[in-house]
Amino acid sequence: MGKESILEIKNIRKSFKDHEVLKNVSLNVDRGEVVSIIGPSGSGKSTILRCATLLERMDGGTLKYKGDIAASDESGTMVYADRNELKRIRRCFGLVFQSFNLFPHYTVLKNIVEPVVLSGQCDADEAKERAMGLLERLGLEEKAEAYPGKLSGGQKQRVSIARALAMKPEILFFDEPTSALDPELTGEVLKVIKSLAAEHMTMVIVTHEMKFAREVSDRVIFLENGEIHSQGTSEELFASDNERLNAFIGKLEQR
Amino acid sequence: MSFGVMLIDLAEGMVTSVEIFLLTLLFALPLGLAVAVGRMSKNRIVSAVIKFYIAIMRGTPLMLQLIVVYFSPYYIFGFDLTGFRFPAIIIAFSINYAAYFAEIYRSGIEAVPRSQNEAAEVLGYSRSQTFFRIIMPQVVKIILPSITNETITLVKDTSLAFVLAQAEMFTIAKQIAAKDASVGPLMVAGVFYFVFNFIVAFVMDRIEKKLDYY
Repeated sequence: MGKESILEIKNIRKSFKDHEVLKNVSLNVDRGEVVSIIGPSGSGKSTILRCATLLERMDGGTLKYKGDIAASDESGTMVYADRNELKRIRRCFGLVFQSFNLFPHYTVLKNIVEPVVLSGQCDADEAKERAMGLLERLGLEEKAEAYPGKLSGGQKQRVSIARALAMKPEILFFDEPTSALDPELTGEVLKVIKSLAAEHMTMVIVTHEMKFAREVSDRVIFLENGEIHSQGTSEELFASDNERLNAFIGKLEQR
Repeated sequence: MSFGVMLIDLAEGMVTSVEIFLLTLLFALPLGLAVAVGRMSKNRIVSAVIKFYIAIMRGTPLMLQLIVVYFSPYYIFGFDLTGFRFPAIIIAFSINYAAYFAEIYRSGIEAVPRSQNEAAEVLGYSRSQTFFRIIMPQVVKIILPSITNETITLVKDTSLAFVLAQAEMFTIAKQIAAKDASVGPLMVAGVFYFVFNFIVAFVMDRIEKKLDYY
């Protein structure tokens, strides 16, 4: 079976004012792959996800989903696809934020159902069924009518994962999904992500949880100063004798 | 003049006051939203023009604005607006209150975290869907106490229409007071305004409670 490329990022560059956050970073993700991005704060991890999810415009490089060009600088200047094409491309991916970003004025159920209905994927009844199925799977069916303000952080993050999954994305991005949670609640969210990995959901995960990254990832990327310092399978990377990498991993594992 | 007749006269004036109040809200609330959007426009010319408009509306007396709206068409263009007194009052009140409401809307819109926009964008919401479904419902809850304040001020400001001799409650109270050489009518008018505002505050409080579902 040939590998099908879902995400293709080539040589992206991104600066905020004078500060160059990403310098020529490339990343390819095939269907079913789980890629973790680790690295110190300010290394550009989140910026990669924000560029990939079109929340941030990149200064240079190419971004493709399933071979379709979302943005490219091959003509010499940075060109983004037109609005309709980008709308279509957005359907390919989902994003789970560090701070959940649920809609506080909607119930858990409406948070999940409305985006599906607005996207035109299916009617309200079917979207509701889909949402309830996901909530059940994540152990949250009793919270369907609750407002996000009444949930714990771990529950909020699981709802936000359900909301992303309901859109049936081809690839799911996680931007430090457990960084806003205390250690006790972190486990319940990581468990969900692990179960998705077991089903071969294509995922890119920015995380500080080294043990988790090691267990769940097919490939780990270590990012530093806006560049890929090293990458490999999690066995390769975690067994590496690179001094800088070991220093970083060691520091986090001691926590 | 008997107390009963005075009450009837004042009540008639009150109807006009309530009309000014309701029509101003009807026009100024949506207009204020449009002004707020213009004020936050990335187009510098648009936002500068709107800023200037807000500065004028907030920086000069409403009484003066009423006079300008009613009389300036005659002095500048020769259009005689006699007979259009009431519409002129509604226009002056609406454009004045829209400026205040705009700043309230803006504070509310800026209080909603940007990440709400981002979440909606990633989930495929269009810009207008994001604004009306995600941002505005949160804005309304945030700004309601400020809107209540402004609405209560409007009830009392309707009395400024006396400057154009509009027969609203205050104008009538003043006329009766002058004729009878008594402060009674003005006191009664004061009670009317108080009761009016009591009702407004009560209604707004109910709306606030209703929006307190999350």
